[in-house]
Amino acid sequence: MTGAVRRSRWGLALMVLPPVLWLVLLQVVPLALILVYSFSRRTAYGGIEYTFTLANYTRFLQPIYLKVLSDSLAVALITTLIVLVVAYPFAWHLARQPAERRGRLLLLVVIPFWTNSLILTYAWKVILRADGPVNQILTALGLAPGPVQLLYTKPAAILGLVYVLLPYMILPLYLSIEKLDPSTVRAAYDLGAGPVQAFRRVIFPLTLPGVVAGALLVFIPTLELFYISDLLGGAQMVLVGNLIQREFLEARNWPFGAAASIIVTGVTLLLVWVYVRWFSPGGVEELI
Amino acid sequence: MGRRRWGDRLLSIHAWAVYLFLYAPILVLVVFSFNDSRFSFWRGFTLRWYAAMFQNHQIMRALENSLVVAGWTMLAATLLGTLTAFVLVRHRFPGKSLLEALVYVPIILPSVIMGVSLLATFVLAGLRPGRTAIILGHVAFAASFATVAIRARLVGFDRNLERAAMDLGAGRWQTFRHVTLPLVGPGILAGALLAFTLSLDDVVITFFTAGPGSTTLPLYIFSAVRLGVSPEINALSTLILVVTAGVLILADWVRRWGVNHVKPAAGAAGRGEPEEPERMGGDGA
Repeated sequence: MTGAVRRSRWGLALMVLPPVLWLVLLQVVPLALILVYSFSRRTAYGGIEYTFTLANYTRFLQPIYLKVLSDSLAVALITTLIVLVVAYPFAWHLARQPAERRGRLLLLVVIPFWTNSLILTYAWKVILRADGPVNQILTALGLAPGPVQLLYTKPAAILGLVYVLLPYMILPLYLSIEKLDPSTVRAAYDLGAGPVQAFRRVIFPLTLPGVVAGALLVFIPTLELFYISDLLGGAQMVLVGNLIQREFLEARNWPFGAAASIIVTGVTLLLVWVYVRWFSPGGVEELI
Repeated sequence: MGRRRWGDRLLSIHAWAVYLFLYAPILVLVVFSFNDSRFSFWRGFTLRWYAAMFQNHQIMRALENSLVVAGWTMLAATLLGTLTAFVLVRHRFPGKSLLEALVYVPIILPSVIMGVSLLATFVLAGLRPGRTAIILGHVAFAASFATVAIRARLVGFDRNLERAAMDLGAGRWQTFRHVTLPLVGPGILAGALLAFTLSLDDVVITFFTAGPGSTTLPLYIFSAVRLGVSPEINALSTLILVVTAGVLILADWVRRWGVNHVKPAAGAAGRGEPEEPERMGGDGA
Protein backbone atom coordinates (compact mmCIF):
# COMPACT_ATOMS: atom_id res chain seq x y z
CA MET A 1 0.00 0.00 0.00
CA THR A 2 2.70 2.45 1.00
CA GLY A 3 4.55 1.48 -2.13
CA ALA A 4 1.60 2.49 -4.27
CA VAL A 5 1.21 5.74 -2.40
CA ARG A 6 4.88 6.51 -2.79
CA ARG A 7 4.76 5.64 -6.45
CA SER A 8 1.78 7.93 -7.06
CA ARG A 9 3.51 10.68 -5.12
CA TRP A 10 6.54 10.38 -7.37
CA GLY A 11 4.20 10.29 -10.33
CA LEU A 12 2.56 13.49 -9.18
CA ALA A 13 5.91 15.17 -8.64
CA LEU A 14 6.89 14.17 -12.16
CA MET A 15 3.65 15.63 -13.51
CA VAL A 16 4.01 18.87 -11.58
CA LEU A 17 7.63 19.37 -12.58
CA PRO A 18 7.15 20.65 -16.18
CA PRO A 19 4.53 23.27 -15.22
CA VAL A 20 6.72 24.40 -12.33
CA LEU A 21 9.77 24.67 -14.58
CA TRP A 22 7.79 26.65 -17.14
CA LEU A 23 6.32 29.07 -14.62
CA VAL A 24 9.50 29.55 -12.60
CA LEU A 25 12.02 29.84 -15.42
CA LEU A 26 9.92 31.80 -17.88
CA GLN A 27 7.89 33.97 -15.53
CA VAL A 28 9.06 34.22 -11.94
CA VAL A 29 12.76 34.55 -12.77
CA PRO A 30 12.29 37.12 -15.59
CA LEU A 31 10.01 39.30 -13.48
CA ALA A 32 12.30 39.05 -10.47
CA LEU A 33 15.19 40.03 -12.71
CA ILE A 34 13.36 43.14 -13.90
CA LEU A 35 12.60 44.05 -10.31
CA VAL A 36 16.28 43.74 -9.40
CA TYR A 37 17.36 45.74 -12.46
CA SER A 38 14.95 48.52 -11.58
CA PHE A 39 16.98 49.16 -8.42
CA SER A 40 20.35 48.83 -10.15
CA ARG A 41 22.53 51.33 -11.88
CA ARG A 42 23.50 51.53 -15.51
CA THR A 43 27.22 51.49 -16.22
CA ALA A 44 28.83 53.73 -18.81
CA TYR A 45 28.74 50.95 -21.42
CA GLY A 46 25.09 50.07 -20.95
CA GLY A 47 25.82 47.23 -18.54
CA ILE A 48 24.31 46.75 -15.12
CA GLU A 49 25.83 47.49 -11.76
CA TYR A 50 24.02 45.74 -8.94
CA THR A 51 23.58 48.35 -6.26
CA PHE A 52 20.49 49.55 -4.49
CA THR A 53 19.27 52.86 -5.84
CA LEU A 54 15.92 54.54 -6.24
CA ALA A 55 17.28 56.83 -8.94
CA ASN A 56 15.43 55.00 -11.74
CA TYR A 57 12.13 55.66 -10.02
CA THR A 58 12.83 59.24 -8.96
CA ARG A 59 13.75 59.99 -12.55
CA PHE A 60 10.04 59.81 -13.33
CA LEU A 61 9.59 63.00 -11.34
CA GLN A 62 11.41 64.92 -14.08
CA PRO A 63 8.96 66.91 -16.24
CA ILE A 64 9.59 64.97 -19.50
CA TYR A 65 8.96 61.62 -17.88
CA LEU A 66 6.05 62.88 -15.84
CA LYS A 67 4.58 63.97 -19.15
CA VAL A 68 5.06 60.46 -20.57
CA LEU A 69 3.16 59.02 -17.62
CA SER A 70 0.36 61.58 -17.71
CA ASP A 71 0.06 61.31 -21.51
CA SER A 72 -0.18 57.53 -21.25
CA LEU A 73 -2.82 57.82 -18.57
CA ALA A 74 -4.80 60.40 -20.58
CA VAL A 75 -4.68 58.33 -23.78
CA ALA A 76 -5.68 55.20 -21.84
CA LEU A 77 -8.63 56.96 -20.20
CA ILE A 78 -9.88 58.67 -23.38
CA THR A 79 -9.61 55.42 -25.33
CA THR A 80 -11.45 53.46 -22.65
CA LEU A 81 -14.23 56.05 -22.46
CA ILE A 82 -14.77 56.22 -26.23
CA VAL A 83 -14.76 52.44 -26.52
CA LEU A 84 -17.29 52.14 -23.69
CA VAL A 85 -19.68 54.67 -25.20
CA VAL A 86 -19.51 52.98 -28.63
CA ALA A 87 -19.62 49.41 -27.33
CA TYR A 88 -22.45 49.59 -24.80
CA PRO A 89 -25.40 50.26 -27.14
CA PHE A 90 -23.88 47.85 -29.63
CA ALA A 91 -23.59 45.03 -27.10
CA TRP A 92 -27.12 45.81 -25.91
CA HIS A 93 -28.47 45.51 -29.42
CA LEU A 94 -26.54 42.29 -30.00
CA ALA A 95 -27.83 40.68 -26.81
CA ARG A 96 -31.41 41.37 -27.85
CA GLN A 97 -31.17 39.66 -31.22
CA PRO A 98 -32.82 36.27 -31.74
CA ALA A 99 -30.53 33.47 -30.54
CA GLU A 100 -29.78 32.01 -33.97
CA ARG A 101 -28.65 35.41 -35.32
CA ARG A 102 -26.57 36.22 -32.25
CA GLY A 103 -23.99 33.53 -32.93
CA ARG A 104 -23.25 34.83 -36.41
CA LEU A 105 -23.25 38.50 -35.36
CA LEU A 106 -20.88 37.66 -32.53
CA LEU A 107 -18.53 35.82 -34.87
CA LEU A 108 -18.34 39.04 -36.92
CA VAL A 109 -17.01 40.80 -33.81
CA VAL A 110 -14.65 37.96 -32.97
CA ILE A 111 -12.94 37.95 -36.40
CA PRO A 112 -11.37 41.44 -36.00
CA PHE A 113 -10.69 40.54 -32.34
CA TRP A 114 -8.44 37.69 -33.47
CA THR A 115 -6.97 39.46 -36.46
CA ASN A 116 -3.40 40.60 -36.00
CA SER A 117 -3.64 44.08 -34.52
CA LEU A 118 -0.60 45.14 -36.51
CA ILE A 119 -2.49 44.48 -39.74
CA LEU A 120 -5.49 46.42 -38.45
CA THR A 121 -3.20 49.31 -37.55
CA TYR A 122 -1.61 49.14 -40.98
CA ALA A 123 -5.07 49.33 -42.58
CA TRP A 124 -5.59 52.70 -40.86
CA LYS A 125 -2.26 53.87 -42.12
CA VAL A 126 -3.42 53.05 -45.66
CA ILE A 127 -6.65 54.96 -45.09
CA LEU A 128 -5.25 58.03 -43.36
CA ARG A 129 -2.11 58.66 -45.40
CA ALA A 130 -1.71 61.86 -47.43
CA ASP A 131 -2.87 60.27 -50.72
CA GLY A 132 -5.22 57.79 -49.02
CA PRO A 133 -8.98 57.44 -49.52
CA VAL A 134 -9.99 59.88 -46.77
CA ASN A 135 -7.85 62.68 -48.15
CA GLN A 136 -8.95 61.93 -51.72
CA ILE A 137 -12.59 62.18 -50.70
CA LEU A 138 -11.98 65.39 -48.75
CA THR A 139 -10.22 66.96 -51.73
CA ALA A 140 -12.78 65.74 -54.27
CA LEU A 141 -15.62 67.21 -52.22
CA GLY A 142 -13.74 70.47 -51.94
CA LEU A 143 -13.61 70.24 -48.16
CA ALA A 144 -9.87 70.66 -48.12
CA PRO A 145 -7.54 72.49 -50.51
CA GLY A 146 -4.90 69.77 -50.31
CA PRO A 147 -3.98 66.72 -48.30
CA VAL A 148 -4.68 67.13 -44.60
CA GLN A 149 -2.22 65.77 -42.09
CA LEU A 150 -4.21 62.94 -40.54
CA LEU A 151 -1.47 60.43 -39.96
CA TYR A 152 1.09 60.89 -37.18
CA THR A 153 -1.26 62.80 -34.92
CA LYS A 154 -2.56 62.00 -31.47
CA PRO A 155 -6.19 61.54 -32.65
CA ALA A 156 -4.94 59.03 -35.25
CA ALA A 157 -3.24 57.00 -32.54
CA ILE A 158 -6.36 57.10 -30.36
CA LEU A 159 -8.48 56.07 -33.35
CA GLY A 160 -6.17 53.10 -33.89
CA LEU A 161 -6.39 52.08 -30.24
CA VAL A 162 -10.19 52.45 -30.20
CA TYR A 163 -10.43 50.36 -33.34
CA VAL A 164 -8.17 47.54 -32.18
CA LEU A 165 -9.60 47.41 -28.65
CA LEU A 166 -13.33 47.79 -29.40
CA PRO A 167 -14.02 44.03 -29.47
CA TYR A 168 -12.30 43.68 -26.08
CA MET A 169 -15.09 45.83 -24.62
CA ILE A 170 -17.96 44.44 -26.68
CA LEU A 171 -17.43 40.82 -25.65
CA PRO A 172 -17.55 41.15 -21.82
CA LEU A 173 -20.35 43.74 -22.09
CA TYR A 174 -22.34 41.39 -24.27
CA LEU A 175 -21.91 38.56 -21.75
CA SER A 176 -23.11 40.65 -18.82
CA ILE A 177 -26.03 42.19 -20.74
CA GLU A 178 -27.09 38.75 -21.95
CA LYS A 179 -27.19 37.54 -18.34
CA LEU A 180 -29.48 40.41 -17.36
CA ASP A 181 -32.87 39.07 -16.34
CA PRO A 182 -35.50 40.77 -18.56
CA SER A 183 -38.09 40.60 -15.77
CA THR A 184 -35.91 42.81 -13.55
CA VAL A 185 -35.92 45.50 -16.22
CA ARG A 186 -39.64 45.04 -16.81
CA ALA A 187 -40.22 45.44 -13.08
CA ALA A 188 -38.39 48.76 -13.13
CA TYR A 189 -40.67 50.00 -15.93
CA ASP A 190 -43.77 48.65 -14.20
CA LEU A 191 -42.84 50.52 -11.06
CA GLY A 192 -42.82 53.74 -13.05
CA ALA A 193 -39.18 54.23 -13.99
CA GLY A 194 -38.51 56.02 -17.26
CA PRO A 195 -35.90 54.68 -19.69
CA VAL A 196 -33.15 56.92 -18.25
CA GLN A 197 -33.97 56.03 -14.68
CA ALA A 198 -34.25 52.33 -15.48
CA PHE A 199 -30.86 52.45 -17.14
CA ARG A 200 -29.18 54.44 -14.39
CA ARG A 201 -30.67 52.66 -11.40
CA VAL A 202 -31.17 49.10 -12.64
CA ILE A 203 -29.55 48.19 -15.95
CA PHE A 204 -26.18 49.89 -15.57
CA PRO A 205 -25.50 48.68 -12.00
CA LEU A 206 -26.39 45.11 -12.99
CA THR A 207 -24.08 45.16 -15.99
CA LEU A 208 -21.31 46.94 -14.09
CA PRO A 209 -19.10 43.80 -13.85
CA GLY A 210 -19.07 43.66 -17.65
CA VAL A 211 -18.28 47.37 -17.89
CA VAL A 212 -15.38 47.06 -15.46
CA ALA A 213 -14.03 43.90 -17.11
CA GLY A 214 -14.19 45.58 -20.51
CA ALA A 215 -12.58 48.76 -19.19
CA LEU A 216 -9.72 46.69 -17.79
CA LEU A 217 -9.26 44.76 -21.02
CA VAL A 218 -9.04 48.06 -22.90
CA PHE A 219 -7.11 50.15 -20.39
CA ILE A 220 -4.24 47.71 -19.80
CA PRO A 221 -3.37 47.11 -23.49
CA THR A 222 -3.27 50.87 -24.19
CA LEU A 223 -0.22 50.91 -21.93
CA GLU A 224 1.57 48.29 -23.98
CA LEU A 225 0.52 48.58 -27.62
CA PHE A 226 3.58 50.64 -28.43
CA TYR A 227 3.40 49.89 -32.14
CA ILE A 228 0.02 51.58 -32.57
CA SER A 229 1.22 54.92 -31.18
CA ASP A 230 4.45 54.35 -33.09
CA LEU A 231 2.81 53.74 -36.48
CA LEU A 232 -0.13 56.15 -36.25
CA GLY A 233 0.96 58.71 -33.67
CA GLY A 234 4.44 59.23 -35.05
CA ALA A 235 7.76 59.69 -33.37
CA GLN A 236 6.79 62.58 -31.13
CA MET A 237 4.16 60.52 -29.37
CA VAL A 238 5.89 58.72 -26.53
CA LEU A 239 3.70 56.61 -24.28
CA VAL A 240 5.02 54.45 -21.49
CA GLY A 241 5.07 51.37 -23.76
CA ASN A 242 7.24 53.24 -26.28
CA LEU A 243 9.47 54.40 -23.45
CA ILE A 244 10.06 50.86 -22.19
CA GLN A 245 10.79 49.61 -25.70
CA ARG A 246 13.23 52.45 -26.41
CA GLU A 247 15.07 52.14 -23.12
CA PHE A 248 15.60 48.43 -23.69
CA LEU A 249 16.44 48.38 -27.39
CA GLU A 250 17.71 51.83 -28.34
CA ALA A 251 18.91 53.81 -25.34
CA ARG A 252 20.07 50.60 -23.65
CA ASN A 253 19.30 51.95 -20.21
CA TRP A 254 17.84 48.73 -18.83
CA PRO A 255 17.52 49.84 -15.18
CA PHE A 256 15.36 52.83 -16.20
CA GLY A 257 13.31 50.69 -18.60
CA ALA A 258 12.94 48.13 -15.82
CA ALA A 259 11.63 50.80 -13.42
CA ALA A 260 9.05 51.87 -16.03
CA SER A 261 8.06 48.20 -16.44
CA ILE A 262 7.62 47.79 -12.70
CA ILE A 263 5.40 50.89 -12.56
CA VAL A 264 3.19 49.53 -15.37
CA THR A 265 3.09 46.11 -13.69
CA GLY A 266 2.09 47.75 -10.41
CA VAL A 267 -0.75 49.70 -12.05
CA THR A 268 -1.93 46.54 -13.84
CA LEU A 269 -1.92 44.41 -10.70
CA LEU A 270 -3.72 47.13 -8.76
CA LEU A 271 -6.48 47.36 -11.38
CA VAL A 272 -6.88 43.58 -11.53
CA TRP A 273 -6.97 43.40 -7.75
CA VAL A 274 -9.70 46.05 -7.61
CA TYR A 275 -11.67 44.10 -10.20
CA VAL A 276 -11.36 40.76 -8.42
CA ARG A 277 -12.01 42.29 -5.00
CA TRP A 278 -15.16 44.25 -5.85
CA PHE A 279 -16.59 43.16 -9.15
CA SER A 280 -15.92 39.50 -9.71
CA PRO A 281 -16.82 36.80 -7.21
CA GLY A 282 -15.41 34.21 -9.62
CA GLY A 283 -11.88 35.59 -9.61
CA VAL A 284 -9.65 36.50 -12.50
CA GLU A 285 -11.05 33.73 -14.66
CA GLU A 286 -14.17 35.71 -15.49
CA LEU A 287 -12.02 38.36 -17.06
CA ILE A 288 -10.77 36.07 -19.76
CA MET B 1 -44.61 52.88 -27.63
CA GLY B 2 -43.44 54.94 -30.56
CA ARG B 3 -40.46 56.20 -28.65
CA ARG B 4 -39.38 52.64 -27.90
CA ARG B 5 -39.48 51.79 -31.63
CA TRP B 6 -37.36 54.82 -32.42
CA GLY B 7 -34.89 53.71 -29.78
CA ASP B 8 -34.67 50.27 -31.37
CA ARG B 9 -34.12 51.80 -34.78
CA LEU B 10 -31.34 54.01 -33.44
CA LEU B 11 -29.70 51.01 -31.80
CA SER B 12 -29.90 49.11 -35.04
CA ILE B 13 -28.38 52.00 -37.02
CA HIS B 14 -25.63 52.26 -34.42
CA ALA B 15 -24.90 48.52 -34.73
CA TRP B 16 -24.60 48.82 -38.50
CA ALA B 17 -22.26 51.78 -38.07
CA VAL B 18 -20.07 49.77 -35.69
CA TYR B 19 -19.88 46.88 -38.15
CA LEU B 20 -19.00 49.36 -40.88
CA PHE B 21 -16.30 50.84 -38.66
CA LEU B 22 -14.93 47.36 -37.90
CA TYR B 23 -14.89 46.14 -41.48
CA ALA B 24 -14.25 49.25 -43.60
CA PRO B 25 -10.48 49.30 -42.95
CA ILE B 26 -10.26 45.56 -43.64
CA LEU B 27 -12.22 46.04 -46.85
CA VAL B 28 -9.98 48.91 -47.98
CA LEU B 29 -6.93 46.75 -47.39
CA VAL B 30 -8.37 43.86 -49.39
CA VAL B 31 -9.46 46.12 -52.26
CA PHE B 32 -6.08 47.85 -52.42
CA SER B 33 -4.29 44.51 -52.54
CA PHE B 34 -5.99 43.85 -55.93
CA ASN B 35 -5.51 47.40 -57.23
CA ASP B 36 -3.39 47.75 -60.36
CA SER B 37 -1.73 50.93 -59.13
CA ARG B 38 0.73 51.64 -56.42
CA PHE B 39 -0.73 54.90 -55.18
CA SER B 40 -4.01 56.11 -56.63
CA PHE B 41 -7.58 54.94 -56.45
CA TRP B 42 -8.95 51.91 -58.30
CA ARG B 43 -7.23 51.36 -61.63
CA GLY B 44 -8.17 47.79 -62.44
CA PHE B 45 -7.83 44.31 -61.04
CA THR B 46 -4.43 42.68 -60.69
CA LEU B 47 -2.81 39.78 -58.92
CA ARG B 48 0.70 41.09 -59.41
CA TRP B 49 1.14 42.10 -55.76
CA TYR B 50 0.38 38.53 -54.76
CA ALA B 51 2.89 37.27 -57.30
CA ALA B 52 5.47 39.77 -56.04
CA MET B 53 4.79 38.68 -52.47
CA PHE B 54 5.41 35.01 -53.24
CA GLN B 55 8.64 35.90 -55.02
CA ASN B 56 9.88 38.02 -52.14
CA HIS B 57 12.50 35.90 -50.39
CA GLN B 58 12.34 37.92 -47.20
CA ILE B 59 8.60 37.34 -46.90
CA MET B 60 8.92 33.64 -47.65
CA ARG B 61 11.72 33.33 -45.11
CA ALA B 62 9.62 35.17 -42.52
CA LEU B 63 6.68 32.87 -43.28
CA GLU B 64 8.87 29.83 -42.75
CA ASN B 65 10.13 31.24 -39.45
CA SER B 66 6.59 32.01 -38.33
CA LEU B 67 5.34 28.52 -39.14
CA VAL B 68 8.27 26.77 -37.48
CA VAL B 69 7.91 28.92 -34.36
CA ALA B 70 4.13 28.48 -34.23
CA GLY B 71 4.42 24.72 -34.77
CA TRP B 72 6.87 24.17 -31.93
CA THR B 73 4.99 26.59 -29.71
CA MET B 74 1.74 24.73 -30.35
CA LEU B 75 3.32 21.40 -29.52
CA ALA B 76 5.04 22.53 -26.33
CA ALA B 77 2.21 24.78 -25.13
CA THR B 78 -0.42 22.09 -25.69
CA LEU B 79 1.60 19.48 -23.78
CA LEU B 80 2.31 21.91 -20.95
CA GLY B 81 -1.25 23.21 -20.95
CA THR B 82 -2.77 19.72 -20.83
CA LEU B 83 -0.45 18.65 -18.04
CA THR B 84 -1.02 21.83 -16.04
CA ALA B 85 -4.78 21.65 -16.46
CA PHE B 86 -4.88 18.00 -15.33
CA VAL B 87 -2.64 18.71 -12.35
CA LEU B 88 -4.68 21.74 -11.28
CA VAL B 89 -8.09 20.11 -11.65
CA ARG B 90 -7.35 16.63 -10.38
CA HIS B 91 -4.59 16.78 -7.81
CA ARG B 92 -3.75 18.47 -4.56
CA PHE B 93 -0.24 19.42 -3.67
CA PRO B 94 1.52 22.12 -1.67
CA GLY B 95 1.82 25.41 -3.56
CA LYS B 96 -1.07 24.61 -5.88
CA SER B 97 -2.83 27.96 -5.49
CA LEU B 98 0.42 29.78 -6.18
CA LEU B 99 0.92 27.71 -9.33
CA GLU B 100 -2.63 28.51 -10.35
CA ALA B 101 -2.08 32.24 -9.85
CA LEU B 102 1.12 32.13 -11.89
CA VAL B 103 -0.73 30.59 -14.83
CA TYR B 104 -2.74 33.79 -15.11
CA VAL B 105 0.24 36.13 -15.03
CA PRO B 106 1.00 36.15 -18.79
CA ILE B 107 -2.68 36.58 -19.59
CA ILE B 108 -2.99 39.68 -17.42
CA LEU B 109 0.44 41.25 -17.65
CA PRO B 110 1.10 43.64 -20.57
CA SER B 111 3.20 41.74 -23.07
CA VAL B 112 5.83 44.51 -23.27
CA ILE B 113 6.71 43.66 -19.69
CA MET B 114 6.96 39.96 -20.53
CA GLY B 115 8.99 40.82 -23.61
CA VAL B 116 11.62 42.90 -21.83
CA SER B 117 11.84 40.53 -18.85
CA LEU B 118 12.37 37.54 -21.15
CA LEU B 119 14.96 39.53 -23.11
CA ALA B 120 16.82 40.30 -19.89
CA THR B 121 16.68 36.66 -18.79
CA PHE B 122 17.84 35.27 -22.12
CA VAL B 123 20.74 37.71 -22.27
CA LEU B 124 21.77 36.72 -18.75
CA ALA B 125 21.49 33.02 -19.60
CA GLY B 126 23.60 33.50 -22.71
CA LEU B 127 20.78 32.53 -25.07
CA ARG B 128 21.16 34.48 -28.30
CA PRO B 129 18.17 36.26 -29.85
CA GLY B 130 16.77 33.92 -32.49
CA ARG B 131 14.33 31.13 -33.14
CA THR B 132 14.90 29.25 -29.88
CA ALA B 133 14.45 32.42 -27.85
CA ILE B 134 11.27 33.29 -29.77
CA ILE B 135 9.83 29.79 -29.24
CA LEU B 136 10.60 29.88 -25.50
CA GLY B 137 9.01 33.33 -25.26
CA HIS B 138 5.90 32.19 -27.12
CA VAL B 139 5.55 29.03 -25.04
CA ALA B 140 5.78 31.18 -21.91
CA PHE B 141 2.47 32.90 -22.67
CA ALA B 142 0.72 30.48 -25.06
CA ALA B 143 0.84 27.65 -22.49
CA SER B 144 -1.18 29.82 -20.09
CA PHE B 145 -3.96 30.32 -22.63
CA ALA B 146 -3.89 26.61 -23.50
CA THR B 147 -4.14 25.70 -19.81
CA VAL B 148 -7.20 27.89 -19.33
CA ALA B 149 -8.91 26.48 -22.44
CA ILE B 150 -8.25 22.86 -21.49
CA ARG B 151 -9.12 23.41 -17.85
CA ALA B 152 -12.55 24.81 -18.75
CA ARG B 153 -13.26 21.49 -20.42
CA LEU B 154 -11.89 19.38 -17.58
CA VAL B 155 -13.86 21.13 -14.86
CA GLY B 156 -17.18 19.89 -16.20
CA PHE B 157 -15.84 16.38 -16.68
CA ASP B 158 -17.82 13.65 -14.92
CA ARG B 159 -15.17 11.41 -13.38
CA ASN B 160 -17.74 8.68 -12.82
CA LEU B 161 -17.34 7.88 -16.51
CA GLU B 162 -13.69 6.98 -15.90
CA ARG B 163 -14.56 5.01 -12.77
CA ALA B 164 -17.21 3.12 -14.72
CA ALA B 165 -14.68 2.24 -17.41
CA MET B 166 -12.21 1.00 -14.78
CA ASP B 167 -14.97 -1.01 -13.07
CA LEU B 168 -15.78 -2.59 -16.39
CA GLY B 169 -12.20 -3.81 -16.61
CA ALA B 170 -10.47 -1.11 -18.64
CA GLY B 171 -6.85 -0.45 -17.73
CA ARG B 172 -5.48 3.05 -17.04
CA TRP B 173 -4.27 3.55 -20.56
CA GLN B 174 -7.45 2.11 -22.09
CA THR B 175 -9.56 4.41 -19.92
CA PHE B 176 -7.48 7.39 -20.90
CA ARG B 177 -7.51 6.47 -24.57
CA HIS B 178 -11.20 5.62 -24.92
CA VAL B 179 -12.92 7.75 -22.26
CA THR B 180 -10.80 10.66 -21.06
CA LEU B 181 -9.25 11.71 -24.33
CA PRO B 182 -12.43 11.76 -26.45
CA LEU B 183 -14.15 13.84 -23.76
CA VAL B 184 -11.31 16.28 -23.18
CA GLY B 185 -10.07 16.14 -26.78
CA PRO B 186 -12.05 19.10 -28.12
CA GLY B 187 -10.66 21.23 -25.27
CA ILE B 188 -7.12 20.15 -26.07
CA LEU B 189 -7.68 20.82 -29.76
CA ALA B 190 -9.08 24.26 -28.96
CA GLY B 191 -6.06 24.93 -26.73
CA ALA B 192 -3.69 23.85 -29.50
CA LEU B 193 -5.37 26.08 -32.09
CA LEU B 194 -5.29 28.96 -29.62
CA ALA B 195 -1.56 28.47 -29.01
CA PHE B 196 -0.85 28.27 -32.73
CA THR B 197 -2.81 31.43 -33.55
CA LEU B 198 -1.37 33.39 -30.62
CA SER B 199 2.15 32.48 -31.71
CA LEU B 200 1.49 33.30 -35.34
CA ASP B 201 0.00 36.66 -34.31
CA ASP B 202 2.49 37.80 -31.75
CA VAL B 203 4.38 41.00 -32.37
CA VAL B 204 5.59 42.16 -28.98
CA ILE B 205 7.31 39.10 -27.49
CA THR B 206 8.88 38.34 -30.88
CA PHE B 207 10.03 41.94 -31.13
CA PHE B 208 12.18 41.49 -28.03
CA THR B 209 13.44 37.95 -28.69
CA ALA B 210 14.12 37.86 -32.45
CA GLY B 211 17.58 38.22 -33.90
CA PRO B 212 18.88 38.71 -37.41
CA GLY B 213 17.52 36.04 -39.75
CA SER B 214 14.76 34.92 -37.38
CA THR B 215 12.25 37.61 -38.34
CA THR B 216 8.68 36.34 -38.26
CA LEU B 217 5.86 37.51 -40.49
CA PRO B 218 4.35 40.07 -38.09
CA LEU B 219 7.81 41.42 -37.38
CA TYR B 220 8.54 41.73 -41.09
CA ILE B 221 5.26 43.59 -41.53
CA PHE B 222 6.14 45.86 -38.63
CA SER B 223 9.46 46.92 -40.10
CA ALA B 224 7.97 47.29 -43.59
CA VAL B 225 5.04 49.35 -42.30
CA ARG B 226 7.37 51.62 -40.40
CA LEU B 227 8.94 52.54 -43.72
CA GLY B 228 5.63 53.18 -45.43
CA VAL B 229 2.71 51.67 -47.30
CA SER B 230 3.26 49.05 -49.97
CA PRO B 231 0.86 46.98 -52.09
CA GLU B 232 2.85 43.84 -51.33
CA ILE B 233 2.08 44.31 -47.64
CA ASN B 234 -1.58 44.82 -48.59
CA ALA B 235 -1.53 41.42 -50.30
CA LEU B 236 0.26 39.76 -47.40
CA SER B 237 -2.15 41.30 -44.88
CA THR B 238 -5.14 40.14 -46.90
CA LEU B 239 -3.77 36.61 -46.98
CA ILE B 240 -3.22 36.62 -43.21
CA LEU B 241 -6.74 37.97 -42.68
CA VAL B 242 -8.20 35.12 -44.74
CA VAL B 243 -6.19 32.52 -42.82
CA THR B 244 -7.20 34.01 -39.44
CA ALA B 245 -10.87 34.04 -40.36
CA GLY B 246 -10.54 30.46 -41.66
CA VAL B 247 -8.96 29.20 -38.44
CA LEU B 248 -11.64 30.96 -36.38
CA ILE B 249 -14.47 29.44 -38.35
CA LEU B 250 -12.77 26.05 -38.02
CA ALA B 251 -12.38 26.52 -34.25
CA ASP B 252 -16.03 27.55 -33.97
CA TRP B 253 -16.97 24.44 -35.89
CA VAL B 254 -14.80 22.20 -33.68
CA ARG B 255 -16.37 23.72 -30.57
CA ARG B 256 -19.87 23.11 -31.86
CA TRP B 257 -18.96 19.61 -32.90
CA GLY B 258 -17.63 19.03 -29.39
CA VAL B 259 -20.81 20.35 -27.81
CA ASN B 260 -23.09 18.32 -30.06
CA HIS B 261 -21.18 15.07 -29.87
CA VAL B 262 -20.08 14.95 -26.27
CA LYS B 263 -23.10 15.60 -24.14
CA PRO B 264 -21.85 15.01 -20.58
CA ALA B 265 -19.36 17.84 -20.61
CA ALA B 266 -21.35 20.06 -22.96
CA GLY B 267 -22.51 22.51 -20.31
CA ALA B 268 -18.94 23.28 -19.32
CA ALA B 269 -17.58 23.68 -22.82
CA GLY B 270 -17.68 27.46 -22.65
CA ARG B 271 -16.70 28.90 -19.32
CA GLY B 272 -17.41 26.20 -16.81
CA GLU B 273 -20.97 27.21 -16.12
CA PRO B 274 -23.17 24.16 -15.84
CA GLU B 275 -26.44 26.07 -16.07
CA GLU B 276 -27.31 28.80 -18.46
CA PRO B 277 -28.99 31.78 -16.87
CA GLU B 278 -32.19 33.10 -18.34
CA ARG B 279 -31.39 34.74 -21.62
CA MET B 280 -32.48 38.11 -22.75
CA GLY B 281 -34.11 36.93 -25.91
CA GLY B 282 -35.89 38.67 -28.75
CA ASP B 283 -38.82 39.71 -26.54
CA GLY B 284 -36.60 42.47 -25.19
CA ALA B 285 -36.90 44.52 -22.06
